[in-house]
Amino acid sequence: MRSTTWWLARRLALAVLVVVGAATVAFGALQLVPGDPVHVMMGGAAPSEEVYERTRHELGYDQPLPVRYGEFLGQLLRGDLGQSYQLHQPVADVIGSQLWPTVQLALAAFGLAFVVAAALAVTTAGRRSGWRRVASAAELLMISTPGFWVGVLLLTFFSFRLHLFPVAGGDSLAGLVLPAATLAIGLIGVFAQVMREGLERALEQPFVLSARARGTGETAVRLRHALRHALIPMVTLSGWIVGSLLGGAVLIETIFSREGLGRITATAIAGRDLPLVTGVAVVAATIFALLNIAVDLLYRVIDPRMKEVVR
Amino acid sequence: MAGVARRSAGRGRRRIGPGVAVSALLVALIALAALWPGLLARADPNAAEPVDALLGPSGAHWFGTDQLGRDVYSRVVHGARVSLFIGVGATGIALLLGCLIGMLAATCGRLVDEILMRITDVLLSFPGLLLALLVVAMLGPSSTNATIAIGLSSAPGFARLVRGEALAIREAGYVRTAVTFGAGRARVYLRHLLPNALTPLLVLALLSVGAAIIAGSSLSYLGLGPRVPTAEWGSMLAQGKDFLTISWAMAVFPGLAITVTVIAINIVGRDLQRRFEGRHPVGRF
Repeated sequence: MRSTTWWLARRLALAVLVVVGAATVAFGALQLVPGDPVHVMMGGAAPSEEVYERTRHELGYDQPLPVRYGEFLGQLLRGDLGQSYQLHQPVADVIGSQLWPTVQLALAAFGLAFVVAAALAVTTAGRRSGWRRVASAAELLMISTPGFWVGVLLLTFFSFRLHLFPVAGGDSLAGLVLPAATLAIGLIGVFAQVMREGLERALEQPFVLSARARGTGETAVRLRHALRHALIPMVTLSGWIVGSLLGGAVLIETIFSREGLGRITATAIAGRDLPLVTGVAVVAATIFALLNIAVDLLYRVIDPRMKEVVR
Repeated sequence: MAGVARRSAGRGRRRIGPGVAVSALLVALIALAALWPGLLARADPNAAEPVDALLGPSGAHWFGTDQLGRDVYSRVVHGARVSLFIGVGATGIALLLGCLIGMLAATCGRLVDEILMRITDVLLSFPGLLLALLVVAMLGPSSTNATIAIGLSSAPGFARLVRGEALAIREAGYVRTAVTFGAGRARVYLRHLLPNALTPLLVLALLSVGAAIIAGSSLSYLGLGPRVPTAEWGSMLAQGKDFLTISWAMAVFPGLAITVTVIAINIVGRDLQRRFEGRHPVGRF
């Protein structure tokens, strides 16, 4: 027990280091960016000398670099990520208000991808048949197709031709269907391959043989006994999964004109709203640092032998 | 591991399947389009003909025309250059950086290894596209910057692989023999470690060209790639999206070009991977 506490403390300290590191890199990058941040903040118009100086002072750009870095870290500790140039709101508020639509989208996409991939894997694992070939080809297609193109195709067909779903935005459930499906398609191929490999390995295990010997049907063996073991590799993938969902959200929210973290990230980068970009980077780094700890913790729970491996 | 051993023992030399052959032909065709687009498309990709705007596919315009009346087929063919440039360029950057970091980690002692690999871990856990977006945010949008951004964001994967390969090969008999016969450090690294780590590395590189092409077209879909008149698949798609109600062709063909390219590269890459797997341990498996 003591070792687990120590392990956790060590990992949390490392996570804090990672987040501060990411923030420092982002802060440094902000300083290296060519162009005057005061001008970016004021927009296109040329400000008068007095207004310029006042804004410069308000933003703290008249202070020397170490002082500003100190202030930046101090603000970070208080959860203050600065002020967005474009939206003229605190970055923390912007991110807070945009987080939920993205989480909704990500959860819906994950759920959909998981169910479809599990169905594909359970029906095709260990079977050399035409059906499996078709499934493999479909997986390759899904992995190789850019998500934004799928989104455009779905929009063309379902929204513009059939008028089944709204063309843009909306908080409605109908508005969630196409974006979630688009995001899911990129995941299904990978999920199905990982699950099938896991299933095939599980089906060779003695416990499957004994289940069959008890007269358990093939479907029940696969669903009740083997699938559970096939899910462990999915835990390993969780970092990649969250990454794909977050990265995919940038594109998919833009295509479907949905509210969310991805879309404000895209507009912030295009408009060089650097405090907002930094804020998103810090939040993303925090999510990943915590996720990695959670995954390793989960491993230790699933398989105590991992204590030796996962330091 | 058992699977790898079985595969290499059982099959021996594999024949080239029809799917792989077609894919290799397609890759060659796309490379041709990138190098000499004029051979495949006669029309000027930037010649606007407003009278013929937003036409569907026809004998004169195979893939139809865009909102300015430019020939979409010609723009798709000419767009291969930018996409392949980003894909190959980014992979090249990732390969170089990855070799450098991986070799340093494998050969410069525990402390350097620990520091470099922890940083690599952090970068690997971060979504690639988000990392690339951050780099573009700093450098500003352009196709060169998109290439650099994607290259930087895929370097950690290569670093991991190179380190693993180098560590495994270092213990191999022939390297020990070379050391016994008095080969210097530099000679061992350059003549023995690097060439032997190269095969799995080049296969990974080929597969990552496909991923980099998707990443590149994603960035330019978001308006963070090459400047406007340049024919590029991602930005053509983004423009096409605005005219979906009038013409489907504009958005469908550039996307098809990306997908076909990436599938062809992936099929060839996977086939090579299967051929070379099992020769010696590859870090990731």
